[in-house]
This record gives sequence, C-alpha cells and structure tokens, in this order.
Amino acid sequence: MKTIMGKVRQSMSSENIRILAIETSCDETAAAVVENGRKALSNVIASQIEIHRLYGGVVPELASRNHMEKMNQVITQALKDAHMTLADMDAVGVTYGPGLVGALLVGVAEAKAISYACGLPLVGVHHIEGHVSANYLEHPDLEPPFLCLIVSGGHTNLVIVEDYGRFRILGSTRDDAAGEAFDKVARAIGLRYPGGPEIDKLAREGNSQAISFPRARIEDAPYDFSFSGVKSSVLNYINQQKMQGLEIPRADLAASFQHSVVTALIERAMLAAEEFHIDRVALAGGVAANQGLRAAMGKACEKRNLKLYYPSPIYCTDNAAMIGVAAYYEYKKGVRHGWDLNAVPNLKLESV
Amino acid sequence: MKVLALDSSGLVASVAVAEDGELLAEYSVNYKKTHSQTLLPMLDAAVQMIDLDLQTIDAIAVASGPGSFTGLRIGSATAKGLGLALGKPLVAVPTTQALAYNLYGFTDIICPIMDARRNQAYTGIYTFMDGRLQILEDQMALDIHQLIEKLNERNRLVMFCGDGVSVYREAIEKNLHPTAYFAPAHVNRQRAGAVAALAMEYLKEGRTQTASEHKPEYLRVSQAERERQARLAERAEQS
Repeated sequence: MKTIMGKVRQSMSSENIRILAIETSCDETAAAVVENGRKALSNVIASQIEIHRLYGGVVPELASRNHMEKMNQVITQALKDAHMTLADMDAVGVTYGPGLVGALLVGVAEAKAISYACGLPLVGVHHIEGHVSANYLEHPDLEPPFLCLIVSGGHTNLVIVEDYGRFRILGSTRDDAAGEAFDKVARAIGLRYPGGPEIDKLAREGNSQAISFPRARIEDAPYDFSFSGVKSSVLNYINQQKMQGLEIPRADLAASFQHSVVTALIERAMLAAEEFHIDRVALAGGVAANQGLRAAMGKACEKRNLKLYYPSPIYCTDNAAMIGVAAYYEYKKGVRHGWDLNAVPNLKLESV
Repeated sequence: MKVLALDSSGLVASVAVAEDGELLAEYSVNYKKTHSQTLLPMLDAAVQMIDLDLQTIDAIAVASGPGSFTGLRIGSATAKGLGLALGKPLVAVPTTQALAYNLYGFTDIICPIMDARRNQAYTGIYTFMDGRLQILEDQMALDIHQLIEKLNERNRLVMFCGDGVSVYREAIEKNLHPTAYFAPAHVNRQRAGAVAALAMEYLKEGRTQTASEHKPEYLRVSQAERERQARLAERAEQS
C-alpha cells in the first residue's frame, strides 16, 4: 500500500515538488509549504518575543517548552494556508542546526515523526543555508554564484555561494556576531529585547558621526569580522558619561554604533566583490532587515554597479519558508536523512 | 484496540505496541545514546518486525512526565508528529504511574523514584486494589527526606523502582522504618509496555488528548522563571 501510494505521488508531482518545512532553532516556531524551492505557498511563524522580553533575551528552556505548545498548530496552519494536506507533500525539511539544542530537538522529532508516518523523505537543513536561500523566494533571477553577507544574532559570515548549498567561506566573526553586539548595546541603553530593530529605529534620529567608535581589522584576514571591540567601547563610553554625570545621547550613540558595524560589514563585502569579480551581492539573516544596513549597502553597490538582493523582512527573521527552499535544493541533490537524525547545536557551515 | 506507546522520560528509550490484552512488540534500550537518535529507529524496527500498518492503531500513548525535560520533549514531539500525520488521538500517561504499573498487583506501597537532582525525586505513592492502580499520592517533585517521612507515616511495606533508587538507596535504607524492597531489573525502569497497558485503561475511559493540545507535564517551572519569581517576591517584600 505504502509503495503504491509512493508511486502515485511521484508521478503526480513530477512537475511540482512541495516541501513541508519546519524551523524551531531559536524562539520562533515556524512551518511553511514551499513549491519548487522558489514559491512560499504559506509561511507561518509563532513568535515568542513577548515571553523572552521579560528576561531580556531568549531563555532556552522556555523556548523549547513553547515550541511544544505551538508546533502542531503552526504546521496545521501552514498546510491550511497552502490549501493542502500532507498527502500533497513530497518531502519534509527541518532545521537540525545550528541553534539551541532543546529548541531544535522539538522540530527535529516532530519532522521525523511526520515524515515517518507519511512515508515522506526527510531532509535536514542547515539554518544558515536557510537564511541564504531566503533570497531565492522573491528573486527568481537570482542563481549562484553570488556573494552573500550573512548577519544575524548568532552569525556573521561573508561567503561566496558557489552553487545551491555550496559555500566558500571568505570571512567570519572572531568574537561576537553582529546581531549579538546590537542586542548587547541595546540593553546597555535601556532598549527592549530584541535590540537590533530598536537600535535601527533610534539610529534614524541620531547623528552617525557624533561619536567615533573603533572598527577592528584582523591582520592577514581581510574578510574576518570582530565586534567585541566596538561593543566594549560603546559600553565604556556609557560608563564614562555616567561617571561624569552626563546624559547619554542615545540616538547619536545608536546611530554611531550602527554606522560603525554597518561600515565594517560593507567594507569587507565590497572588497570581496572586487577581489573575486562578483557583481551580485545578497544579504541574509535577521540583521539583513536592518534599514541602515540595507540603505548603506544599496549605496555602496550602486556606486560600484553591483546588483544587491535582500529578502523581505518576514523572510529575514527566522522562518520556515527559507528552510523549505534550502531543503528543496538539498532534496534535488539527493540528500535524505535517516530516522536517527539528531539536532546539532554547533553545526558548521561547510566550506568547499 | 491497538496502542502505540513511547517512553523517553529517563535514561531508557522504549517503544511498544499493544493490542487489547496483548503486547505485540516492545523494544527498550538503557544506554547512553541520545533518544533523538534511538527512539524513531526503535519504533521503526518494532513496526517492521510485526508488519504494523500505522493506520490501524487507535491511539498513541506517551509517558508525559515528569522526567528529563529534553527526553520528555523528544517523546512528546514524536507522539505529536505521529498524531498529526495519522490523525490519531494521544494518551498522556504520567511517568510515575506507568512505572508503578510495572508492579501490577502489588498490594503494599509502590513508590517510583526518579532522580530530580537538588536532593529531590520525582515520585508518587501507589498501590493496587481490586486489580486497579490506586493513586495514594499522585506524582510530585519532593525532597527525598520528606518522601521518606510520608512513607514512614503510612507504615506499610514499600517497593521502590526507578532510576532514583541508585541515588537515594542509602538514605532510604537508613531512614525508612517499614521494610523496603527494590524492584528487580526487568521492572525497575520505564517500559513502554506498561505505558501501553495503562493507556489502554485510559482509552476505555475516554481520557485522550488531541495531538495539538498535548504537552509534557514537567512538574517544575524553568530555572529562569523560578529566579524571576524569587526576584519579584523579594522586591514585593522590600516595598
């Protein structure tokens, strides 16, 4: 019975490959249905921001518990929004790392059980590959190779996307991820969690040249990043102001800090585009939604006649549609995971 | 009636399939491998061995806690995924009740203890009367010495089981007044067969959940919540 159904499904879906995708690596419970790796038929995200805001950051145990409570509803909604059932799916894709281990495990166990019970292939996806792949959803013309700047709360990488799911990592952060620095600075000036969007908003009211913060360069590693220095110098500046009884110019500080980080990101991306003769640049990750970064990157690319791509904000944040895209290209390559698929919290982005 | 049961609440990973009064398959592993890697392959092995068509099961039973938070979530998320995909209800079986059910028919006190760290045990106090599991005190997280006191008050023979025995055996032997028995190897750990058998009783009583509404019973709030509540309480006291 199972094999016959499998055959029928295969012949019916020879044109369209539909993937149910699941993502629970951090504090968003997400599911989506993606067609042929390019079209999101649905994209459901249950955000836990309000829960974690009480604690000023993501509490892993609470993230895991809340994934448990929302997982089935989110998946059911994703199928409903796509006007489909599990019988219409060709595979199940799921983020298995990197991320919070307890949070990842909820999605992985759920995805495995669904694919097992439905007799569907299982495709484990690297979360960052998902972020990069988000760009394919709205840019049908975008195909590898291109340069991609991945910036999020946990990652900062500059990579050449040589093929679908194939990366050449040019540079990474040596310490804090860019988004992490945003969150810490935001906290220090009393902005609520998550800090990135709050800094971005406040920065628009400030003067980015008001305060000079250092931009680290790493010797012999022109594409590597370091953000702990700028973060520390912001924290020092705040302390000095406080000790002298001076008010902290929050908007100027936010603008100057953001300018410092954004400039470091853009400088390296532009250097790489020139060095490797690449004329297409994409942004990926949560910080790709940062208006300051988008605008400054837009200007830099325009000046050099490079084409810039970035996903809509809804596809920059953690979501399952991007996982469905990455899963599609892995699926096409023949990647299948077994029922022993485990969560890998420190899963590396493999460089070719 | 056919039930598929999962238990990954402790160190043991266990799956079982029961039909009416019979256990068709049971597969338990007490080894350090993570449940995420063992549970579904074990289920698959059991399913293949008995040529089980998953559509023929009536419910999915899961040891619903207390236990290791991560272990519980692996079991529950697996059950929820199966329930969603197969359109079948879930039966949440409290972990300590299932542990007690291993000792079916014992008419003195049955006391499962699971190591809950910080000198506590996840435990409960049970017995059998007229062939049915009687809950004298249902599952709780309790200081081991408070538990021993409770058992001393009851002043009846006690049969202990669970992974907490190795941790608290000395304290029990030193402080418990009634005679203590410690269950032997084949019935002193979680077994999905017991989860399935007890779930069958629950199912007859209509005690099912939808796969969507099911969540584990942790018996404890997270550390972050506990600390936050303590801070708030302290602040309220100061003001």
